[in-house]
Amino acid sequence: MATRELTYVEALNEALREEMRRDDSVIVFGEEVAAAGGVYKVTKDLLKEFGPKRVLDTPISEIAIVGAAIGAALNGLRPVAEIMFFDFVGIAFDQLVTHASKMRFMSGGQVKLPLVIRTQYSLGRSYGSQHTQFLAASLLQAPGLKIVAPATPYDAKGLLKSSIRDDDPVLFVESGALYVNRSYYGYRGPVPEEEYLIPLGKADVKRVGDDVTIVAVSRTVSEAMAAANQLEEKGVKAEVVDLRTIMPMDYETIINSVKKTNRLVVAEDSVKTGGISAEVASHVCEYAFEYLEAPIVRLNSPPMPAPQASELEKKYMVSAEKIVNAVTKLVK
Amino acid sequence: MYQVLSPEGFAEEELDPRLLLSMYRDMVYARVLDRWLMRLQRMGKIGIHAPSEGQEAAGVGTAYALGENDWIFPLYRELPVFVARKVPISDIVNRNLSNRADPLKGRDFAVYGDIKYRIVPAPIPVAVHIPSAVGFALSLKYKKLSEVVINYFGDGATSKGDFHEALNFAGVFKAPIVFVCVNNQYAISVPVSRQTAVERLSVKAVAYGFEGVSVDGNDVVACYLAAKRAVEKARRGEGPTLIEAVTYRIGPHTTADDPSRYRDDEEVEMWRRRDPITRLRSHLLRRGLWSMDEDEKLWQTAEETIRKTIEECEKNPPLPPESILEDVYATPPWHLIEEREEFSQLR
Repeated sequence: MATRELTYVEALNEALREEMRRDDSVIVFGEEVAAAGGVYKVTKDLLKEFGPKRVLDTPISEIAIVGAAIGAALNGLRPVAEIMFFDFVGIAFDQLVTHASKMRFMSGGQVKLPLVIRTQYSLGRSYGSQHTQFLAASLLQAPGLKIVAPATPYDAKGLLKSSIRDDDPVLFVESGALYVNRSYYGYRGPVPEEEYLIPLGKADVKRVGDDVTIVAVSRTVSEAMAAANQLEEKGVKAEVVDLRTIMPMDYETIINSVKKTNRLVVAEDSVKTGGISAEVASHVCEYAFEYLEAPIVRLNSPPMPAPQASELEKKYMVSAEKIVNAVTKLVK
Repeated sequence: MYQVLSPEGFAEEELDPRLLLSMYRDMVYARVLDRWLMRLQRMGKIGIHAPSEGQEAAGVGTAYALGENDWIFPLYRELPVFVARKVPISDIVNRNLSNRADPLKGRDFAVYGDIKYRIVPAPIPVAVHIPSAVGFALSLKYKKLSEVVINYFGDGATSKGDFHEALNFAGVFKAPIVFVCVNNQYAISVPVSRQTAVERLSVKAVAYGFEGVSVDGNDVVACYLAAKRAVEKARRGEGPTLIEAVTYRIGPHTTADDPSRYRDDEEVEMWRRRDPITRLRSHLLRRGLWSMDEDEKLWQTAEETIRKTIEECEKNPPLPPESILEDVYATPPWHLIEEREEFSQLR
């Protein structure tokens, strides 16, 4: 397969473009997505290619954006709506959690909602408490919803295409840090020229190792990959498991890795209390306790709002350094 | 406030007798079925009911303005709308009994909803469905269909952000939709004067750049004509309309409510004297289109038909317990399959 290097943003843009070319029922709307091409350029030039009927700037109305996506999906379209920051998904929580995720069930299976809500969280960009929240853990309480969070350009493209073709509502969470931070593993990477899809609900072993399993998702996959490189210099072989889909979660891949390494570190950007790491850890304790040779380590943001100052934010969030320290203690 | 039929049954505009008689029949059937559903709840046979007594003109009149391909996004008190859409009584009863013939499989306590009649199952939280009704209407426009959406909600819903965002959206994008705010004066116990400082809810449309009209919600002809104009306007691509149908909830909010705690009998009696069914009957009698004999027979037939339908529906088997694990996702993920296995072992 011929490949080239694309950035995370370019890969997402290409996924949208390909799906819109393939299927007229795919439409894109949200704040700043049309004329401006998205505040982070993910929807760049879609308006030019597909016109104002399929690419629409909306009022600043998150409830109406998600609600309109529900209505359009009910009527057989495949809307891809953008909520500019994950923080703002809170405004539409009712639409997403109380309405969209339950509609197939409550209608007795009469309706399907093939919609995608794209959003991003900007932890790692010095954006302060209200533009950096990674709120996926709070949405684990909304069965019926799927939550996808890609960590590389390859996954971003393949997962977004699959999300658009999926018949259930998908919250597609991008990382704002991966849009811009060139030092990250997930900023740029190989993407095949040919079309491909990545199934939802499947984790990916990003790096194979025998000594410890590091489960990560989205931005922290880049931190985990950097940590694994540093650990290798110290003679520790870390296996990095990227969740890719947060709900439904691929516990099988996690457990298979733990059975091999017998040690688990979960590193992700939720605050620690009730984070995704808590779900991963409790599942491993419930189903693979006998394989663990050491207590599970959870690395998260501390349970407090994020600081804005860049140097402080670096201390606040999960980093390669924190992962290396945790693993070093764990394998002693 | 727009009114065509005076409370005494005089009309400024005389409609086709067949249309009036058909609407009258549906209003009577809706009233009788509503009372039966109240009774069934008291008998412990259905979970909860939100009665529509007194609101028949608002529901039936506006629903008669629709074409059969138009879409309905109701809230939970729209029984008269479903009767007007000619949904079989048995479908509505099966829904309420939550038996194996319930299209919603016992998962929603809305009165009713079934896509095959183009009625989108109602949500329970008020106003949540207004944004999706707008999105649905916009997608009709995108698909170049001439169908329109009618969206029902109550006075309480107009205080929610969903209402404001959705109506603003509909105005900006000229959605082919008719919003019907059935102002029945109360959101559970809270009177409309606590929801808004405006006199008429229809003025809220001004802020979103489209027309709002208030109609006498107990005047089925006014409801019908106002909705017809709004539906035709939407179909011509001229955007949304907000209709406020001013009426009254004669019964409790739901079977779980006791309205004597917050309103006095005189008020209820005053509204009973404005009953929408009595008003249309006065008009029909005045025009010689109807007789008291025929009237008595209609009520009796309705009572008898609905009673027999309920008896038949009660013969349907209950829903299978394992059905609770269905329809969460298009394809069940492994953890739900596992739940289902555990569930079947419990039985």
